[in-house]
Amino acid sequence: MTQAQQPKARRITIEPITRLEGEAKIDIFLDDEGNVDNAYFQVVELRGFERFCQGRPVEEMPRMTTRICGVCPGAHHMASSKAVDAVFNVDPPEPAKKLRKLFYCAHIIHSHLAHFYAFAAPDFVLGPSAEPGKRNILGLIEAVGLEVGKKVITARSYAQRIQEMIGGKATHPVCGLPGGMSKPITEEERKEIEEMAKSLVEFSKFSLELVDNIILRNKDYMNLIRGDTYYHETYYMGMVDQNNNNKVNFYDGVIKVVNQKGMQYARFQPKDYLNHIEEHVEPWSYLKFPSLKNVGWKGLVDGKDSGIYRVNCLARMNVAEGMATPLAQEAYEKMYDVLGGKPSHATLAFKRIIRKAGLNHIRVHDLRHTHATLMLKAGVHPKIVSERLGHANIGITLDTYSHVLPGLQEAAAEKFDQVLDESDKIGNIDVSKLLAEGEEIDSRPCRSRTCDTLIKSQAPLCGFNQL
Amino acid sequence: MDKKIKLAIGLGSTCAGCDIAILDLNEKILVLASLAEIVFWPTAMDFKLSDLERIGKNEIDISLQHGTIRTSEQEHIAHLLRERSKVMIAFGSCSCFGGIPGLCNLTSKEAIFETVYRDTPSTVNPDFITPKTEVKEGGYLLTLPELYEEGKALPQVVDVDYYLPGCPPAVELIDRLLPIIAKFLETGELPPKGMVIASDKTLCDECPLTKENKMISKIFRPHEIIPDPKRCLLEQGILCMGPATRGGCGARCINALMPCRGCMGPTAEVKDQGAKMISAIASILGVENEKDLSEDEVEKLVNQIKDPVGTFYRFTLPVALINRRIKEGS
Amino acid sequence: MGGFEPKVIGFCCNWCAYAGADLAGISRIQYPPNLRMIRVMCSGTIDPLYILEAFQKGADGVFIGGCHPGDCHYMAGNYKTRRKVSLVKRLLSQLGVSPQRIRLEWVSAAEGQAFAQVVTDFIEKVKELGPSPLNQESARHG
Repeated sequence: MTQAQQPKARRITIEPITRLEGEAKIDIFLDDEGNVDNAYFQVVELRGFERFCQGRPVEEMPRMTTRICGVCPGAHHMASSKAVDAVFNVDPPEPAKKLRKLFYCAHIIHSHLAHFYAFAAPDFVLGPSAEPGKRNILGLIEAVGLEVGKKVITARSYAQRIQEMIGGKATHPVCGLPGGMSKPITEEERKEIEEMAKSLVEFSKFSLELVDNIILRNKDYMNLIRGDTYYHETYYMGMVDQNNNNKVNFYDGVIKVVNQKGMQYARFQPKDYLNHIEEHVEPWSYLKFPSLKNVGWKGLVDGKDSGIYRVNCLARMNVAEGMATPLAQEAYEKMYDVLGGKPSHATLAFKRIIRKAGLNHIRVHDLRHTHATLMLKAGVHPKIVSERLGHANIGITLDTYSHVLPGLQEAAAEKFDQVLDESDKIGNIDVSKLLAEGEEIDSRPCRSRTCDTLIKSQAPLCGFNQL
Repeated sequence: MDKKIKLAIGLGSTCAGCDIAILDLNEKILVLASLAEIVFWPTAMDFKLSDLERIGKNEIDISLQHGTIRTSEQEHIAHLLRERSKVMIAFGSCSCFGGIPGLCNLTSKEAIFETVYRDTPSTVNPDFITPKTEVKEGGYLLTLPELYEEGKALPQVVDVDYYLPGCPPAVELIDRLLPIIAKFLETGELPPKGMVIASDKTLCDECPLTKENKMISKIFRPHEIIPDPKRCLLEQGILCMGPATRGGCGARCINALMPCRGCMGPTAEVKDQGAKMISAIASILGVENEKDLSEDEVEKLVNQIKDPVGTFYRFTLPVALINRRIKEGS
Repeated sequence: MGGFEPKVIGFCCNWCAYAGADLAGISRIQYPPNLRMIRVMCSGTIDPLYILEAFQKGADGVFIGGCHPGDCHYMAGNYKTRRKVSLVKRLLSQLGVSPQRIRLEWVSAAEGQAFAQVVTDFIEKVKELGPSPLNQESARHG
C-alpha cells in the first residue's frame, strides 16, 4: 500500500455507518485549527444488479430487484412491477392497482416506522452521546418504557402482516406480475387489514404526539433542526397525482421537481426519467451520484446551479401541495408552520416529524458528550447533568463521566458558556414523564454553529477513530 | 439470571433484509435482549469496526453473519468474527449459499464496472472513471475495500457452525435460536455442528397445494396463465423449485400463489441444488407422449425453460459444483 | 494443440451401450483410449450431478451411452436421459462450457463398430475444442 503525503490534520473515520441500510464509511478531515476541511461519505461495496439481472426473464425482476434493499423491498417490488407492466405494454386491472397501492401503503408504514423508531429516534430520545450500547431500538424501548415500546412493535408488525397477506412475504414480496398481482385477497383478509389499518392511523396520531412532545417542544432540537448545520438548499423530486391537484402520491403519478424556492422546475412521466436524471461517478465511492441532467453536475454543493436533488420524505412534501387524506394534511400544514414555510431545506426536519429520512448526514454524537463533559468539568452538579441528558438514573452519569467529576458544585449553563464562546446544547428529556405531563422543558438559548470548533476544543470523542 | 451471552451480527454484501427479519421477532426481540448482549450490529447499533477489533479471542459467544462475501472488508469481518466467537452462524441465504448477489459469478468484475459506470443509459462518465481502492482526492488519501471477482458464501471463507437459510429467514426459524441460546446459557450445551435450522424435508412437504400427478407438457412463465389456486404450480407448468428446496419457510411465496425460487437451498444430502432440480424437471416434463417425441421436439420442449442457471441456481450459485461462468477459450 | 489428450468420462448403460463397448473390445475394434468408462444400470439413472461433477473434477468431455429410444431395459429411462442431457447442455452453455463437450449416443449391445465410431468422433471433437475452460483456469492458476 502506497504511503501518500498525509497533511498534519486529523482524520476521523466513522466505520461502518450504522442504523442505516447499506455499507459505507465516513472520513472527516480536519485542518490544523481543527476545523472541518472536507468530509467524504464512501459507499464501500457494489453488487452489480444492473449486470447480472441481464439474461434473466423480465417478470423475475420484481422478485430479484427487491434484494437491492431488505428495508424497502416493497418499493423496489412496486417500481419493478410497474416497469415490467411497461415492457409488456399492459395496464393492470383496477383491483390489482388497488392491491398494489394497499400493499405499498403498508410498506411505507413499515419502513418509516423502522427508520423512525429503530434507526433515528434513539438519537433524540437517548441523546447523541449515550453509550453505543444504548443508542438503538433496545435502548429506546428501555427509555420510553415497555408500553410505548410494545405499541411501536405492534404497529410495525401490523404493517408487515398486511404486506405478507397481499405479497406473500413482507421482506422480498412476490406478488407483482406484468399486468397485475398474483392473487386477490379474501373478504376476511380485507376485514383484517381494515382493522389493522384503523389501528395504524391511531398509532400515527400517537407518533405525531410523541414527536410533538419530544422534539417540537424542545428548543434545542428545534434550533438544531432549523439551524444552519443541516440546512441545504437543493432541488426536490417526488411523485404527485397525475391531475393537477399535486397531492402526494406514493404508488403512481407524475414526477415533479421543484427548485430551492419551491417553484416547479420540471414535471415528467416516470418513463421519461432519462431526459431528466443522469448519474455521475467518483473514484472514491462505489455508489454513483444522480443529478438533474439539465442543470448539470457541479459537485457536492447546494444551490440552484447544482444539479443535486433530494428525494424521499421532505422532498415529497416540498414538491406536493398537500396530502391526500385529512389527518395527514393537518400534520403537513403544521409541519410547515413549525419549519417556517415551504419549501423546507432542513435536512433533519422530515425525519423527525413525519416520515423517514432518505439522506445520510453526519450525526451529532459528539455534541452531547461534549456538552456533558464540559459541564461536569466546569463544576455543574452531576444530578443536573444527569437530568439534562435524560439518564434513567444518576448512576449512569457517574459511571460514564466519573473521569471528569470534580465535586459537587453549582451553576449549570452560565459556567458552560464561560468555558466556550459558542456552543450547541442538546438537552434531553425524560420521555415518559413528558408524555404524562406534557411539560415543556426550558433550555438555554442555543447559538447554532458547526461541529468544528467543538471538535477542536475537547478530548475524546466517543466512538470515533482518530489519527 | 442476569447472565447473558455476547452476540454479534456482522454484514457481508447484504440487503439488510436479514436484520429486518430479526426485528420481525417483534416482542420477542425483548426475549433476545434478555438472553444476549449485542456487541456488534451495524444495521441497528452504533458499535464500530474498531470496537469489534478490540474484542478478545472467543469472547463473543455467538456471531451471525449475513450477506455474500464480495469485498476484502467483508472477508475481514468474517475472519474477525470467527476468531472472536465460539460459534459462527451463517444467517440468511447469501451467507449460507451466496444468495442473489452470488449471480455476479455469471459475469466478471470488469463487465460489472462497464455496465454500472459506463453503459447504463443514465450514466454520464466519458472518461470511464471507476472506483479505486486508493484515491488521492483533494490532498487526502481515500481508500475503498477491494471488490472481488467472485461472490462467496460464508463457509467458503471461514468455518461455520450452523446455518439459518432463507431470504430472509422466516421468523419462526429465527425464533428457534432463542431456546438454543437459553440452553447454552443454562448448560453450556450446543447442538451438533453443521446443523441447519430449517426443515429436513423439501418445501413440497409443507406446501398447501394439492398434488395430483406430475406430468407437464408445457411450461408457463408465471404471468402466462392464471393457475388453479388449489393445485401444485409445477404440475400446472409453472417452474417451482419446491422439489429441490428445503422447507421450513412457511411456504409464504406459495401462499401468494407464486412459485418457489429456492432461497432455502438444498436439503441435507444434496450437493448441488440446481442439478437436483434439473433431474426433477427432466423426470416430469413431456412424459405423457415421450415415446413419440423426436430429438428436435425434445429440444423444443426443454427450451421452454428460458434461464436454467438463473432459475435453478438463483440463490446457490457460489456453492454449486460449477459455480461460475468461465468462457471457452479464455 | 499438439499433444492435448482429453480426459473424457463415459457413462454407459449396462444393457446396451456398455455391452456394445464390450463387443467392440472383443472384436478388437480400435478406438482412442481417452474414454474412462463408468457402467450404470440405466442411462436414466445418470444424475445431472455426475455430469457436472465430472467437469468440475477435470473432465474435458462427458459421453453418455444408452439404449435406443423404445428399447430401454427399464422402459422409459432413456427418455428421461435425453431431457436431462438437453437441460444440462443448456445450463453448461450459460456457464461458459461448450455444450459440445457432452455427447449423448444411443448404442445397442450389437453395435460394437458404431460404439467405437461415435467415441472416436467425440474424442476428435473434444480435442478440437481444447481443454475444458474449467481446466484452463486451474492450469492458469497452477
